[in-house]
Amino acid sequence: MTDATDPGRRHSAGHHGGDRPVDPVTGHETTGHDWGGITELNTAFPRIVIWALVLAFSYSVIAWILLPAWPLGHDYTRGLLGLDQSEEAVREYREMERARADWLAPFASAEFAALASDAPLMARAMPAAARLFADNCAACHQAKGTGGPGFPNLVDADWLWGGDPEEIAETLRVGVNSTHPDTRVSQMLAFGRDGILPAGDIELLVDHVLALSRGEDAADGPGAELFAENCAACHGEGGVGGLGIGAPALNDGDWLYGGSPGQIRTTLRQGRQGVMPSWEGRLSPSEINLLALYVERLGKGNRNEARE
Amino acid sequence: MTGTLSISERQVGLALAVALTLLGLVMAAAARQGPMAVHGAIAAALGLALVFRLGGALYDPEVPAGRRQRFYDAPTRFGIALTVIWAIIGMGVGVWVAALLYWPEATPPWPWTSFGRLRPVHTTGVIFGFGGNALIATSFHVLQRTARARLADSISPWAVLIGFNLFCIWAVTGYLMGSTQSKEYAEAEWYADLWLVVVWVTYFVLYMRTLARRAEPHIYVANWYYLAFILVVAMLHIVNNLALPVSLAGARSFPIWAGVQDAMVQWWYGHNAVAFFLTAGFLGMLYYFLPVRSGRPIWSYRLSIVSFWGIVFFYIWVGSHHLHYTALPYWVQTLGMTFSVMLLIPSWASAGNAIATLNGAWHKVRDDATLRFMFVAAVFYGLSTFEGSFLAIRPVNSLSHYTDWTVGHVHSGTLGWVAMIIFGAIYTLAPQLSGRETMAWPRAVEWHFWLAVTGALIYVVALWNAGITQGLMWRSYDDNGALSYSFLQSVMAMAPYYLMRTIGGALFLSGAILCALNTRATMRRATGAVRAWDRPLVPGPAE
Ligand code: HEC
Ligand code: HEC
Ligand code: HEM
Ligand code: HEM
Repeated sequence: MTDATDPGRRHSAGHHGGDRPVDPVTGHETTGHDWGGITELNTAFPRIVIWALVLAFSYSVIAWILLPAWPLGHDYTRGLLGLDQSEEAVREYREMERARADWLAPFASAEFAALASDAPLMARAMPAAARLFADNCAACHQAKGTGGPGFPNLVDADWLWGGDPEEIAETLRVGVNSTHPDTRVSQMLAFGRDGILPAGDIELLVDHVLALSRGEDAADGPGAELFAENCAACHGEGGVGGLGIGAPALNDGDWLYGGSPGQIRTTLRQGRQGVMPSWEGRLSPSEINLLALYVERLGKGNRNEARE
Repeated sequence: MTGTLSISERQVGLALAVALTLLGLVMAAAARQGPMAVHGAIAAALGLALVFRLGGALYDPEVPAGRRQRFYDAPTRFGIALTVIWAIIGMGVGVWVAALLYWPEATPPWPWTSFGRLRPVHTTGVIFGFGGNALIATSFHVLQRTARARLADSISPWAVLIGFNLFCIWAVTGYLMGSTQSKEYAEAEWYADLWLVVVWVTYFVLYMRTLARRAEPHIYVANWYYLAFILVVAMLHIVNNLALPVSLAGARSFPIWAGVQDAMVQWWYGHNAVAFFLTAGFLGMLYYFLPVRSGRPIWSYRLSIVSFWGIVFFYIWVGSHHLHYTALPYWVQTLGMTFSVMLLIPSWASAGNAIATLNGAWHKVRDDATLRFMFVAAVFYGLSTFEGSFLAIRPVNSLSHYTDWTVGHVHSGTLGWVAMIIFGAIYTLAPQLSGRETMAWPRAVEWHFWLAVTGALIYVVALWNAGITQGLMWRSYDDNGALSYSFLQSVMAMAPYYLMRTIGGALFLSGAILCALNTRATMRRATGAVRAWDRPLVPGPAE
């Protein structure tokens, strides 16, 4: 390879008449400056660049005339189109709301039975509900509503707070352990940490809960009495749940926080307070009712219809 | 380093190293814990290492006479080594975070490995570590060659390089510890910002002093760009980082700007960081290395002047195109948009000037991968500035903003333009500074070229697709006026593109690693020969 940085090679340009070297390739003169071998051609300013500048400048001037553009102390030039971005945004939101109004408005009434039996309405509304669910709920309850540790499965028929659309809508509106003034409150006490029960009793209860969950008849087991005294008030006689206070049934195989002895022990020792946000204010009442119907259908296993 | 310093310079250096050690100790002692204490310890350790290095060599023989008759290239060599090291760190983390976006579950359980902390390590590592060191190193070289004068003194180049890299190390280790100002590309905390001001002023003074000693009365255009880079970055950095520390003994501060003013100042900074860090400085590099490597004169002197002033003038206005459709008043957005469109003209004029310079040297572009790097850089510069001006148009931005199209645009600029011109410069400089004709492994340059081009194209094309897909998914409504897609679906649709980006990035990174190894091999086999013409007309200051 030749030495690309050797300026000697670059001085091959011959001298024509004038005193500045001419570049043989382009036939243009150089400027006569030489920086350690680098030279520049005195090429005339290309016309096209001037035209391009004129074009770009004209575009700008037109934009300045039409749109808000130049500051004038406390004001600014408003532009002939008189555009205002917040007005524009509000107008577009209103337009979109209007486009949805014909099918979304009926959901403002909480006549769930009537709504659910209106098949054409449901066919239009359910795809939107599916997206609302994916955008707002899936982060916790998973894309298909199957939940995970700490986040209830909405697809099984097993409900903490009730599976009627009215009850679901109320759960959505106020949330659970949320900041809403009417929030549903759910407290699984920290029996161990707060010293309500000694460790030995907790061990007996862990075994008892496991026996219940396997459907065994544990009525006269060693934990039965402890359970009746400490737990049944919330979880129901024999752990059947369904009292509508957020305490799950313990006699099925479904778990919110996990059914291994270790996980149950943690539940009993540390307590549990799941938080479901309140959606009032973030979703409109119609959207909440729409979602309630959507979730109810998930729960019924009516998945084909509910999906889209 | 020590071998090129005279005994009295070594003494000054030793004093500076002691001062750095003390500064580090004071910081560590005042903060006692947290990022600032760790940073104090890092500074003290670096200071101490320099104390030993300089102290140990204090009474070594005096530098050979005749040093003044040569260019001072040791700092440039050091800067190039730092450039390739940061390339591997910064791009390595880039590939890792790209992979995390595809496999988020691979995030390890430690806080410092989270995406949010590693992402700024990538951006700072590549922009400041890789780009910054390349700019400083090449500026020393270009300045001396075009002014035909030796650097004005021998200590400040080292102070600039070491100080700048301490800033970079503070910045990235700070992010890992969770310390950030939450301003993109300006995340480093207040004491690091102050430190950078000191370093930058030293850099500016050195540049001006050397330029003042030039042998050629005219200042070559590359130097205008380097100077614009140094000056404007100083201004941007100071204004955007004005902040009140919560305490002088801790790494926390609040900006003096608030609300939309803060946003505007941040993006005035952010975009001009693009303009004066990632563009002006690198145009300086292009204007020097392209004619040198191709052996061609710059095509049009007039065009270079107009482009320079056009770029400098228009860029300053355009920051607001990052804030379209926000609380920023509409009129500011209109100005940002229109100036961005006008900015295209000087940008393309620069790219065109570079490409026209290659007239008469196309056979070299074909045969010489190094020159091809520069050619591709100029092409990508044209592409990404066209794309930028297009994205700045408000309605277009309503589609592209918040999507991966922005990230695609970023990397067509940074991979295609910034990184390619750096590689071209390194492959020109490394042999010359080692007194060799070629790189140690000339074939590896060819390999690197194809890895880099393929990697960049895969990256950019994947993210164009990704961004446009996202933008369209977010704005499509079904017949009932409801969104057609949930956000989640748009995230899941990104998977193939994110995988492709990771692969493209890995190719690009492999090329960079090859470059680092090749550069190391080349510098190790330095002959020490200096060409007769490669000497200053203005010798160093009298000793
Ligand atoms: C931040 C996480 C989170 C989000 C987001 C969330 N939920 Fe919940 N949700 C929970 C938790 C936790 C519970 C269980 C509360 C408890 O322990 O009682 C719950 C409970 C529920 C219940 C009661 C289940 C039962 O068995 O009675 C319903 C119904 C429900 N969520 C629906 C929704 C819908 C619809 C949305 C979207 C609008 C949503 N959730 C969003 C966390 C969340
Ligand atoms: C004050 C009412 C209350 C009492 C008393 C109470 N629980 Fe609970 N328990 C709850 C609530 C509410 C939940 C659900 C917590 C949640 O959703 O976050 C729960 C959850 C649980 C769970 C977790 C179920 C799962 O699916 O993971 C277990 C196990 C449990 N309780 C066992 C007991 C036992 C054993 C006792 C008696 C020692 C007891 N609870 C007493 C209200 C109570
Ligand atoms: C090996 C090649 C590279 C890979 C794989 C890579 C990958 C990434 C990734 C994954 C992100 C985050 C995107 C997101 O948050 O969605 C990112 C951001 C960024 N990278 Fe790179 N990168 C590479 C090289 C570079 C280089 C060389 C530069 C600069 C010289 C650079 C500059 C940036 C910048 C400025 C951002 C922030 C973009 C924004 O906020 O819009 N990258 N990169
Ligand atoms: C004429 C020149 C250019 C114009 C007008 C321009 C314009 C833009 C626009 C409109 C955006 C998107 C803002 C948003 O929607 O958030 C953007 C982002 C960006 N551009 Fe450019 N661009 C130009 C050239 C370049 C070049 C050459 C580079 C890199 C070398 C670059 C780097 C970036 C970066 C890093 C961002 C991302 C900033 C962020 O959000 O973090 N741009 N640019």
